[in-house]
Amino acid sequence: MLKIENLHARVAGKEILKGLSLSVKPGEVHAIMGPNGAGKSTLGNVLTGRDGYEVTAGSVSFDGVDLLALEPEARAAAGVFLAFQYPVEIPGVNNTYFLRAALNAQRKARGEKELDSMQFLKLVREKLKVMQISDELLHRAVNEGFSGGEKKRNEIFQMAVLEPKLAILDETDSGLDIDALKQVAQGVNAQRSPQRSFLVITHYQRLLDYIEPDFVHVLAGGRIVESGDKTLALKLEEHGYAWVREHGEPAGATA
Amino acid sequence: MSSEITETTATALRDNAEVAEALGRNYSAGFVTEIEMTGLPPGLDEETIRALSAIKREPEWMTEWRLAAYRHWLTMPQPDWAKLKLDAIDYQAISYYAAPKQGPKSLDEVDPVLLETYEKLGVPLHERAALAGVAVDAVFDSVSVGTTFRKQLAEAGVIFCSMSEAIREHPELVQKYLGSVVPTGDNFFAALNSAVFSDGSFVFIPKGVRCPMELSTYFRINAQNTGQFERTLIVAEEGAHVSYLEGCTAPKRDENQLHAAVVELVALEKAQIKYSTVQNWYPGDENGVGGIYNLVTKRGDCRGDDSKISWTQVETGSAITWKYPSVVLRGDRSVGEFHSVALTHHYQQADTGTKMIHIGKDTKSKIVSKGISAGRSNNSYRGLVKVEKGAERARNYTQCDSLLIGKKCGAHTFPYMEVKNPTAIVEHEATTSKISDDQMFYCRSRGIGEEDAVSMIVDGFCKQVFRELPMEFAVEAKKLLEVSLEGAVG
Repeated sequence: MLKIENLHARVAGKEILKGLSLSVKPGEVHAIMGPNGAGKSTLGNVLTGRDGYEVTAGSVSFDGVDLLALEPEARAAAGVFLAFQYPVEIPGVNNTYFLRAALNAQRKARGEKELDSMQFLKLVREKLKVMQISDELLHRAVNEGFSGGEKKRNEIFQMAVLEPKLAILDETDSGLDIDALKQVAQGVNAQRSPQRSFLVITHYQRLLDYIEPDFVHVLAGGRIVESGDKTLALKLEEHGYAWVREHGEPAGATA
Repeated sequence: MSSEITETTATALRDNAEVAEALGRNYSAGFVTEIEMTGLPPGLDEETIRALSAIKREPEWMTEWRLAAYRHWLTMPQPDWAKLKLDAIDYQAISYYAAPKQGPKSLDEVDPVLLETYEKLGVPLHERAALAGVAVDAVFDSVSVGTTFRKQLAEAGVIFCSMSEAIREHPELVQKYLGSVVPTGDNFFAALNSAVFSDGSFVFIPKGVRCPMELSTYFRINAQNTGQFERTLIVAEEGAHVSYLEGCTAPKRDENQLHAAVVELVALEKAQIKYSTVQNWYPGDENGVGGIYNLVTKRGDCRGDDSKISWTQVETGSAITWKYPSVVLRGDRSVGEFHSVALTHHYQQADTGTKMIHIGKDTKSKIVSKGISAGRSNNSYRGLVKVEKGAERARNYTQCDSLLIGKKCGAHTFPYMEVKNPTAIVEHEATTSKISDDQMFYCRSRGIGEEDAVSMIVDGFCKQVFRELPMEFAVEAKKLLEVSLEGAVG
């Protein structure tokens, strides 16, 4: 489904990803862990096509398509979703309106019929139940005045409605207390399916207590230096990232 | 789940379809109507004014009123304090009267070509096809060509007719109120308007009457080399309520055309007037060629205690906009409001805002201005809040937000305050923001394309003002913004 080969990427002239390779099959959950500055968020941004992230070498194929050749909105329509580390506020734009515009834009791009208001409402109702989100959130402007936990839950709610094939969670656990973390994880788990893959980017093992990964990769110095099953995360927790530096490639002070 | 969600999503759906439709079009009102016209040749002197007055079969006092204004105008210089690049206007090159040859009769007799024009503009004049609950006065170049729902309004005691007709049929009301809010010598363009105004709407809501429907005037400039000088007067007597809407369009032409209107509102005790404008005059092309010079004086007078006047404007058109709808808060506890969205793109220039003059005690005013600049345009907010000595406990709140799209446009804010009473509270908040890369990427990462994302963010930015507009106008305003912003990104 997702095949990243020898990916090199620069931000503001500085090379952050230095030959990253990763392969994800449908239904798999991959956790990407690593120290600060290892390039974790860069990976998410490169995969979704954010401006300012320049790919200098390597390839990314998604369902056989060259993902890097697509505009961000086309990547979304192809089924790639990024849950933002810092969800953005859009004042005055109703949350429901935004989500519906997004879903229908994607459907249109895929040549599917757009949902009318009744169909959309039905979908939202179903997903609300799963996410345990209060419908009051839907009436507010996108992320405006949301608490940290609300913002993250809103991201997962968007994911539930947009039903991507690949969901990238960028430090979704950051800034959450344990209760909010559990709620978010529960929302994610409810969406696991044999067709949907996840890249869970996180600094801490904590999130993986609730979202159990099939694979854990350690990203350091712009490449994956160690891969394993979930026990790798526990090892990291125990020994810290310094342990990786000793065993893997040096992370480099600037990475 | 509340029914409110259904409502929201239903609105969203309808808006979406309209967005798609709107994005496919350009300045759609830019067509020219082929119709036999009559009029005055270009040029302006006392003879022109006498001729104009004669065509309109005006009483002597009206002719004299015009001439006095004209003589005053001759002594005034064209103002240059606004942040506008305005080429000298040759007032002798303009024709001051142009009208369809067939004079205005009853609605059934209006030239089908004109009916078709308004139909095309989305303002059907046939009452059975007309917007439910909205009465329309249609002004074509210099004259009103028809007013709908007159019978129903008359039954409620409401007078809604063209200004020409009011001068003939209701001279006592016109004489009493015309020029009482904006005197003939108020400013250069108001003086010019007083001398040569050709038509406009007259509204009179008698004591205690709530106008049973929305009133609206649709201004259309069609003829070439013509100026449109409309004059609108709205009087709400004690306890009367009225909501009035105004829309404007013009054909695409390479020459600039002048539109210098005067609007006067009078609210007596406990009366309320809500005046909404969606201004979509031809803005000129993407190189700044052509477009309307929209130089307008609009002022409301809260003459009675506990009265309220509220201006809402969405300004997307015109090459140049010079306009400051104001409220004189004379009555105690009177309330003035100004809600504005002004969008400029390409080479458009707008210098717009409001004046709130607090005279009575416990008067309140609220100003919400949203300026959006794109392309190489310049957008200025200019506002005056004045609290006179006797205005005990006057209160003003001003919020002034600017949104920039691109790097070559400008947003400017000129707030003036004169406070002569120590018990007054005057607040001013201003923000300038850009559509952030983060917001754009967030939208796009969800599948929303660039232009739609900009429309959405701009719409959100304007929400506070759009909420003030009557439903049909809110939808229209939103569409206009989208059309006006085409090509603003990328």
